[in-house]
Amino acid sequence: MSAKNTSITQTPILQVENLQTGFKIDGDFHNAVEGVSFEVKRKQIVGVVGESGCGKSVMSLSIMQLLPTGIGKIRGGEVKFEGKNISSLSDKKMNNIRGKDISMIFQEPMTSLNPVFTIGYQIEEVILNHEKISKKEARLRSVSLLKSVGIPRADKIVDEYPHQLSGGMRQRVMIAMAIACQPKLLIADEPTTALDVTVQAQILDLLKGIQEANDMAIILITHDLGVVAEICDEVLVMYAGKIVEKATVDELFNNPKHPYTDLLMKAIPRMDEDVEVLATIDGLVPSVMNMPEVGCRFANRCPSAMPECLTVTPKLGEVASHHETACLLYDESWPEGTKPYREGASMA
Amino acid sequence: MLKYTIKRLLGTIPMLILISIVVFSLAKLMPGDSLSGEIDPLNTNPEYIEEMREKLGYNEPLPVQYFNWITGFVQGDFGKSTKYKTDVFDIIMEKVPNTLLLGVISLIITYILAFAMGMYSGRRPYTIGDNAIAGINYIMLAIPSFVAAVVAIYFFSFHLNWFPFGGSVDILIEKGSFEYYISKLHHVLLPALVLGAMGTASYTQFLRNDIIDNSRKDFVRTARAKGTPIRKIYNVHILRNSIIPLVTFLGFDFAALIGGAIITETIFTYPGIGMLFLDSVTSRDYPTLMALTMLLSFLTLAGNLIADLLYGVVDPRIRLD
Ligand SMILES: Nc1ncnc2c1ncn2[C@@H]1O[C@H](COP(=O)(O)OP(=O)(O)O)[C@@H](O)[C@H]1O
Ligand code: SF4
Ligand SMILES: [Mg+2]
Repeated sequence: MSAKNTSITQTPILQVENLQTGFKIDGDFHNAVEGVSFEVKRKQIVGVVGESGCGKSVMSLSIMQLLPTGIGKIRGGEVKFEGKNISSLSDKKMNNIRGKDISMIFQEPMTSLNPVFTIGYQIEEVILNHEKISKKEARLRSVSLLKSVGIPRADKIVDEYPHQLSGGMRQRVMIAMAIACQPKLLIADEPTTALDVTVQAQILDLLKGIQEANDMAIILITHDLGVVAEICDEVLVMYAGKIVEKATVDELFNNPKHPYTDLLMKAIPRMDEDVEVLATIDGLVPSVMNMPEVGCRFANRCPSAMPECLTVTPKLGEVASHHETACLLYDESWPEGTKPYREGASMA
Repeated sequence: MLKYTIKRLLGTIPMLILISIVVFSLAKLMPGDSLSGEIDPLNTNPEYIEEMREKLGYNEPLPVQYFNWITGFVQGDFGKSTKYKTDVFDIIMEKVPNTLLLGVISLIITYILAFAMGMYSGRRPYTIGDNAIAGINYIMLAIPSFVAAVVAIYFFSFHLNWFPFGGSVDILIEKGSFEYYISKLHHVLLPALVLGAMGTASYTQFLRNDIIDNSRKDFVRTARAKGTPIRKIYNVHILRNSIIPLVTFLGFDFAALIGGAIITETIFTYPGIGMLFLDSVTSRDYPTLMALTMLLSFLTLAGNLIADLLYGVVDPRIRLD
């Protein structure tokens, strides 16, 4: 497990405050991200975990303002980059940040690149978007970038098209593109999910190496806690659009609190076993159309659910140093003045 | 690519032979022949008719007739027009440049209109502008070409006097001079506009839908994440992808244009292949008709080949070999 002695006094590179992002479905907005707050410090790797459909991608697209135009919308809260609110910037102003200060890589390496432009063109584009250099210089840069992400024959590959490369290679190209302007923050949305296990490990190593060399912060989105244990400093556990647990990696793995986190831990694929026994969690993440208005959103699937879980909405509260959770099993998660007194009963 | 082209060209030969048999059979199946289209059977000596039939080889067995026709055909001997009494080859060659000019100009007009409207609509789907464009397109699609042609002549030639009423060039101008070409352009513009506008609707709507499709693709999100301005994303990233399917259209249009030109050319009395075609039908000028049908079939095959070759050029994922 990696070092997490990042100093507390650092100014965060990114602060997300009470973010609410919704989608317009049949004329009404439904929130896919509901009041998410967290921060990313310089050079830190923050993992975001949760099952498919928990709002991880929507959250990261909100930061970049890349939500599908007309359908997706940030409806509340703020995103601050280096202390400056960027959630209300115009598209034009955001373009100065995208690819330069914050860049992003996606889950689908097979479709993320434009099929009709060369690899070189696509890497050079991001450089030329942000820097005043000649095409020739940009070409040299893209070759050395390709080399730096471990692509052999880089001087040939620049002239090739995406379909000529494997998935792992394309994801390397995406990484080369993302780090071309040395961003301060990289958002990696399930960068290894679509890849073979061996390639997954290589890509994670590569990201870790780049992060150290470039002093870059990373938000690493994954549904695999094993990946988090591998390279992250801090973790956010998301469920149904909310953060349900937030802790340093060591703290989370040694002392998981939220029942959902607990179940996710049991679902970590074990590579040392012959058969991948994946304990899946029964039931489904509620869709944005039918989120429970009150109560805990995990209640219908939670093995420890209590009657109050349906009527009282838990809040994130500190359970240990650098460790917060939103579950009524823990005192601090009760909204003020709502905790019932139960004689002789210990809630935890 | 060269190998592929040669392979494809060789592949068209059996196709052309088959077509030639069909064309020949159809010509023979039609009531009457060139002779009966040319002379008045009631007022001519039957012995003379018989003599002419013998002379023209119409009494030979059909396979022999076919063989005679096709061997002449491949050597550029398309026979003699029964109407004009001259070589069909010469008649066609005289009209080809006019139709080619009409076809190219109308295609350019189609492309300019379709790209302007399709790109506008594709970028702003379901807006007022998009709906207005769709409306205009459907009207253009619904109006029959002869109506459009007549209205255009009435309005632009008769009323505004901007364009000539017909023909392909002013007769008094010396051939090959600068004025000659200007006059040709002046004559072709109105029919080309009518012909070009007719083809615009399908191109526009196709381009619009393809742009909308592509704008939802992952590579667009990647381009946005790089800080690429939205205008460039549409005009470069998306358009470059949306051009690919349009190329197939181009191949079909090649031959379809000449088909479509039949009505337009006739109404504008524009002396091209289309007008000649209709003319040879009404006068039962079978040698001309057969040669023109063969030419159209050949153009269709050539158009498809060109489309496939262009496909290989515009889509790097397709390798032709
Ligand atoms: N374009 C969209 N329109 C409507 N709903 C969407 C859209 N994109 C995502 N959602 C909804 O938002 C929720 C969160 O999705 P997402 O962020 O993609 O989940 P994750 O990345 O955690 O798998 C899901 O319920 C999904 O159905
Ligand atoms: S609040 Fe209740 S339902 Fe929600 S996780 Fe805790 S125990 Fe389970
Ligand atoms: Mg996702």
